[in-house]
Amino acid sequence: MMKRMPLWIALLAAMFVIAPVMIVRAPYESTMGLVQKIFYFHFPSWMAMFLAVFVSGAASVIFLATRSKRADAIAVSSAELVVVFGLIGLLTGPLWGIKAWGVWWSWDARGTSALVLWLIFQSYLLLRRFGGPGSERLAAAVALFGMCNVPFVYWSVNLWRTLHPKTTVVSSLPMTMGTPLWFSTVAFLGLLGVLIALRLRLEYRRAELDAIHLELDN
Amino acid sequence: MRRFLLLTLLVIGPAISAQQPPAQPPPTTAAQDGFVPIDQLAKKEEMPAAPLVMAAYAVAWLVIFGYVWSLWRRLHKVEVEIADVARRVASGSKR
Repeated sequence: MMKRMPLWIALLAAMFVIAPVMIVRAPYESTMGLVQKIFYFHFPSWMAMFLAVFVSGAASVIFLATRSKRADAIAVSSAELVVVFGLIGLLTGPLWGIKAWGVWWSWDARGTSALVLWLIFQSYLLLRRFGGPGSERLAAAVALFGMCNVPFVYWSVNLWRTLHPKTTVVSSLPMTMGTPLWFSTVAFLGLLGVLIALRLRLEYRRAELDAIHLELDN
Repeated sequence: MRRFLLLTLLVIGPAISAQQPPAQPPPTTAAQDGFVPIDQLAKKEEMPAAPLVMAAYAVAWLVIFGYVWSLWRRLHKVEVEIADVARRVASGSKR
């Protein structure tokens, strides 16, 4: 992955140049107009966040079962990206909401459950930062708990009354709106992959440094 | 003849008068009772979408670039520390 990193970055850069052109060419939604175009990077950021949650949760399960250092490194790297992509979703949502609903934030099921999921992964990172030795296992349990929340966040709009568009919106999109959306989503997921690889490199270099220090102490 | 004209008027007169539209002014949205300056209108129609879309786009990129910058800074710090430790080890082994 690291050897081919420049190629991946070039491909992603090209995708992120093309994506805005496709978004501009997409037709206006009939009830919301221009502001609905936030959807083309609001939705992909949540998809990237959900994938990062699953990667972190699955790696945490492997870590709890095997104590694999590699799995732990993947879990912590992905957890950090959950917070990054979640922050994009949480900030772009209100910018859409103020025009579409007339309020910056409404405590509806989707927004609130997404905020809770984001806070769970914030607590994971805080635990890793300040929890001291042995906090990895407790943090892994927190990541697993966070992963179990994803289905509730996703289906919250169908289960409860909410202002947020339902999940059927995406599957019923016409080609002219669906193509830019899925193109942006693939670009965001690619960006997630590249950022996880870079964050993993940091984790491995830190492990190397710790090993050198240990060797020096001995 | 006079009787025939009178009869004709009596028969078709009400029908003609019923078909006549009532005299009304043409519909208009233009102000008639008083003029209101546009900046005194309700604020709800004044929020443009374009700055919100641009702000959302900018926020997404700021968060991503901020994270990449933080990642680069942390990686650089670790690399410097590794190089420093390697230098110390090398100078120690020379002695």
